[in-house]
Amino acid sequence: MTSDASGAQPDLRPDVLHPDVLHLDRITKRFGPLLANDAISLTLKQGEVIALLGENGAGKTTLMNILFGHYTADAGSVTAFGKPLPPGNPRAALAAGIGMVHQHFTLADNLTVTENILLGTRSLWSPGLNLGAAADRIAALSRDFGLAVNPAARVGALSVGERQRVEILKALYRDARILILDEPTAVLTPQETEALFQTLRRAVALGLSIVFISHKLHEVMGVADRCLVLRHGKLVGEVATANTDRHALAAMMVGAEIAPPALSPATPGPALIRFANVSTPDQGAVPGLKRITLDLRAGQITGLAGVSGNGQGALSDLLSGLAVPSSGEISLGSTPVTNWSPRAAIHAGIARIPEDRHKTGTIADFSLTENAILERYGEAPYSRKGWMNWRAARDFTTHVIATHDIRCPGPEARIRLLSGGNMQKLILGRVLEPGPKIILANQPVRGLDIGAITYVQKRLIAARDAGAAILLISEDLDEIIEMSDLIHVLSAGRLSPAFARGEKTPAELGLWMAGQGFDMETSRAA
Amino acid sequence: MRLEPIAAPTLARRLGFPAAALALTILVASLLALTAGANPFATLGLILEGAAGSRFAALETLNRATPLIFTGLAISVAFRAKLWNIGAEAQLYAGAIVTVLLGTGLVPWPLVLPVTALVAMLAGALVLLGPVLLKTRLGVDEVVTTLLLNFVMLLFVSYLLEGPMKDPGGMGWPKSSPLLPEARLPRIVEGLRLHWGFLLALLAAVAVWVIQTRTTLGYEIRAVGQNPRAARFAGVPVNAVLVKTALLSGGLAALAGFSEVAGLKGHLSLDLSPGFGYTGIIVAMLAMLNPLAVIPSALFVAGVFVGSDSMSRAAGVPTYIADILLATALLFMVLAILLTRVRVVRG
Amino acid sequence: MTDVIDILLSATFWAAVIRIASPLIFATMGELICERAGVLNLGIEGIMVIGAFTGWITVYAGMPLWFGVGAAMGAGMLFGLLHATLTVPFGLSQHVVGLGVTLLATSTSYFAYRLILPEVTSPPKITPFAEWAIPGLSDIPGLGPALFTQTPLTYAAFVVAGVTAIILYRTPLGLALRAVGENPSAAASQGLSVTALRMGAVIVGSGLMAVGGAFLTLSAFSSFFFEMVNGRGWICIALVVFGAWKPGKAVLGALLFAAFDALQVRLQQTPIGAVLPYQLFLAMPFLLSILALILMSRRAEVPAALMQPFNKGER
Repeated sequence: MTSDASGAQPDLRPDVLHPDVLHLDRITKRFGPLLANDAISLTLKQGEVIALLGENGAGKTTLMNILFGHYTADAGSVTAFGKPLPPGNPRAALAAGIGMVHQHFTLADNLTVTENILLGTRSLWSPGLNLGAAADRIAALSRDFGLAVNPAARVGALSVGERQRVEILKALYRDARILILDEPTAVLTPQETEALFQTLRRAVALGLSIVFISHKLHEVMGVADRCLVLRHGKLVGEVATANTDRHALAAMMVGAEIAPPALSPATPGPALIRFANVSTPDQGAVPGLKRITLDLRAGQITGLAGVSGNGQGALSDLLSGLAVPSSGEISLGSTPVTNWSPRAAIHAGIARIPEDRHKTGTIADFSLTENAILERYGEAPYSRKGWMNWRAARDFTTHVIATHDIRCPGPEARIRLLSGGNMQKLILGRVLEPGPKIILANQPVRGLDIGAITYVQKRLIAARDAGAAILLISEDLDEIIEMSDLIHVLSAGRLSPAFARGEKTPAELGLWMAGQGFDMETSRAA
Repeated sequence: MRLEPIAAPTLARRLGFPAAALALTILVASLLALTAGANPFATLGLILEGAAGSRFAALETLNRATPLIFTGLAISVAFRAKLWNIGAEAQLYAGAIVTVLLGTGLVPWPLVLPVTALVAMLAGALVLLGPVLLKTRLGVDEVVTTLLLNFVMLLFVSYLLEGPMKDPGGMGWPKSSPLLPEARLPRIVEGLRLHWGFLLALLAAVAVWVIQTRTTLGYEIRAVGQNPRAARFAGVPVNAVLVKTALLSGGLAALAGFSEVAGLKGHLSLDLSPGFGYTGIIVAMLAMLNPLAVIPSALFVAGVFVGSDSMSRAAGVPTYIADILLATALLFMVLAILLTRVRVVRG
Repeated sequence: MTDVIDILLSATFWAAVIRIASPLIFATMGELICERAGVLNLGIEGIMVIGAFTGWITVYAGMPLWFGVGAAMGAGMLFGLLHATLTVPFGLSQHVVGLGVTLLATSTSYFAYRLILPEVTSPPKITPFAEWAIPGLSDIPGLGPALFTQTPLTYAAFVVAGVTAIILYRTPLGLALRAVGENPSAAASQGLSVTALRMGAVIVGSGLMAVGGAFLTLSAFSSFFFEMVNGRGWICIALVVFGAWKPGKAVLGALLFAAFDALQVRLQQTPIGAVLPYQLFLAMPFLLSILALILMSRRAEVPAALMQPFNKGER
């Protein structure tokens, strides 16, 4: 309701050299017992890029959601362009020229790009949509900011990178003068990230100011003028990027520098599971697997890099037992699998750490005990002849809680109440205790704090050293590079050749993620 | 506003909100009595008296509660698995049809009662099997199919009662032939109008409770209901569990028909159920889907009906006050139960 | 077979199809608006009952017919407000609340009816809407007189369907409704209130359902009796699915459905009707609805956020 499709481009030249455009004053926010933001103040100047750093759960997203009006602060105030912003009112934030690019895209798949961008920009009671004029303006913005996208495309059919461009266009279309980007690079290839930074530089040149939320330090160093570090809801440091380095920032983020777990050279054994020429059908806009061949060897972590939505889901479903290939063959050792199902996968000794621990990994209103036996409730000692043995289940859970140091009120507490890290530890306990031969770790550390990340990675490395074959799927390229003995890239359902640890630079892997390596491969083959 | 879950709700909160819901329901009853020109206190008193004020009234309430326990259990089992069985009415009639078919000479004494009960359950289960297979195989929403089947079933019963199952001695009324005496459920105590169906209902409640808390099936049902995606991922055979749940739920609803025909009416007619299948939803929700709590919940609901009937004759307030009260109680109670677990906060 | 052809060729048959479809179109549009915004409204059956009753009692009390329509709509919106309050900000189960609203609206109608008319056995009649021939169109030879000599409420039903389609696809409001039913955070991030949009959709949709109910008393049967809605609400829910949540297709579905209904009534008068039990004909609408659901399964594009409550505090 702030602008109209026919509105002219605003004058974005700075009138004074670097005036403050945004000021947050002692923002405080509590969620139940958790103090998410503790009296945080910050100032953003015109034409400046500031980075808001902090590990998961430090309070970055909460702070930005308060700024944008999704949440109301318990105390503190926000001033934009010299005027106080009414709390809890996203419309006021948008009207004040604040645009937010959410980490989880807020797009409606059933609408076109134009419709998504137009949403909420005109009074609900105005008679028409005027899609044509809007599409023209979107095309102009795409050109000016280097954000290529087809305005008539349905969003459901777009790739992750394109969706992010739509999100940015949404803000630009409303003449945003302050852009907030929440973890914008988490889902991009290195090349896409570079393109995004180009866009941001153009935006700054046009007078926009940017808040960049991230936990990736090397990116922050490249794009931000100033870094603000949050830890446990408090602002613990503020430095000009020129006057600091990655190590200092890392130490500030975590409190004390924690060494990432070391990966000793692997001693690979035989292939425990093999995918031979496996294909799966496309799911709408998400490609299925295209005749991939992959061996997972004992004592080795195979990393799967790639932007999500390129077939990771299909491969993970195959390994989990949720799906069967439409062609090709999966074999355990040398025996082809038949009657493949989640239960069969579990019995074959596959430990499955699912991508979404809240929706797939656990049942929120079940107790820890009920969640701990979820994969094995039907067998002794947890049940006999259809009758549950709750004592055995509780004993197992108590054991898991103790061995994995799960912070919880007890085995009967509902798992909904646990933090992400503790939830993930319970899943780890559930799947690792039986001593699996094969491990599927799909985004095992996403959204966790550094302590939990380190714990999960150590356990995976220990399992590898004990002889397990591990498939690590992540859209975080740094994580893949750090944790893998062998790297494959998945792009549009195609699997790259295996690259040894250190064989390719991140940029080279990025080219494969964007599909370019495959084209070279194809032309060479031709 | 925003809802924030409470980790450990206080006792005051857990009791206060449901109590407030009950109080509001009573307030609505008083207002309805006032609009009907009756004294609210007298009206409430008459409802209470009519429900439990005499031995006759109490027995009437127990009799009315019997089918409601069965349908309440049927719904609570299904809703636990988030299987929206709104077709208990149809399943009840399926049980009733079987009871008449087998109880009018087809099965000899002493087998007639157990065989009838089992076959009735099977019939009820089969009625729900269709919608559930449509749901698991084709993704057809079971709410609408089970609802629509209620209408189909009533027309089918109407056809049977005017055609093949018509009582030759019924003087033209659409009702079935009466059951043979040995096919009837006996009175618990001779001379008191309460039959073994009530005890069977209590037994069923305990059995369902045992299934839900002590067996793998109960665990599976809860897992599928709470999060089918996680259940499937963990290897729970979701569709098979839904089918088993449907068989159990349909069977329990059919027992209501069996018990009404064999215990109370002795024949099948189109007014066998004044909506027991739908009222079972209220019974189950007020019991928070707990099978043991279904018993007091059914007694409460039956008491409201029986008491309102008797009050209506005395005070002239339309008997539909009972349905309004129960609908109000249902809506207030689901809200109250939510508010015991979450807090409404600003921003 | 010749019977069927005779029926299909008669003008009165087509007039009946339009008539039977009208209340279904109102209620189906109401349900479609709710579901497009992400709320399944199982209160539909009871809201149609309260609409039928309120419309009728208002006119019975001496008010003009259009007042009756307005009163019905108001009553429907009131129950819509109840449904919306419980399901949208509180996010309670849309199944349970919907069935509760149906029960409450139905029993309130019956209670009020008995209160106002304690002793009557046959309900008093009112003078319903008269048929109104559209000049010009109703003179078209063939089906002209049948299709264009209807009551004003029938014309209103088709106008409502058209307006619904235009709003949904051609206005910012419709865009916002389609977005909240697909991904509420898309709307919230653009400064729109998901709560207000969803509640508004449920309230307006419920108003339309009630007008569909009022059609039965004010345009079709001219008096109110129990069980008169008789599952029409549930059928409309099936029609929304059959119409793939699109107003145009839903209207076609309602017409198709009405054609079968009109056909079964007429077939009962033919030799076929003498052989088969009449209950089979009466069951046809319900069986057809189930068949429609089966045919459309897997193909329909259900709004992605249907039945998903939105709580912005969820983290």
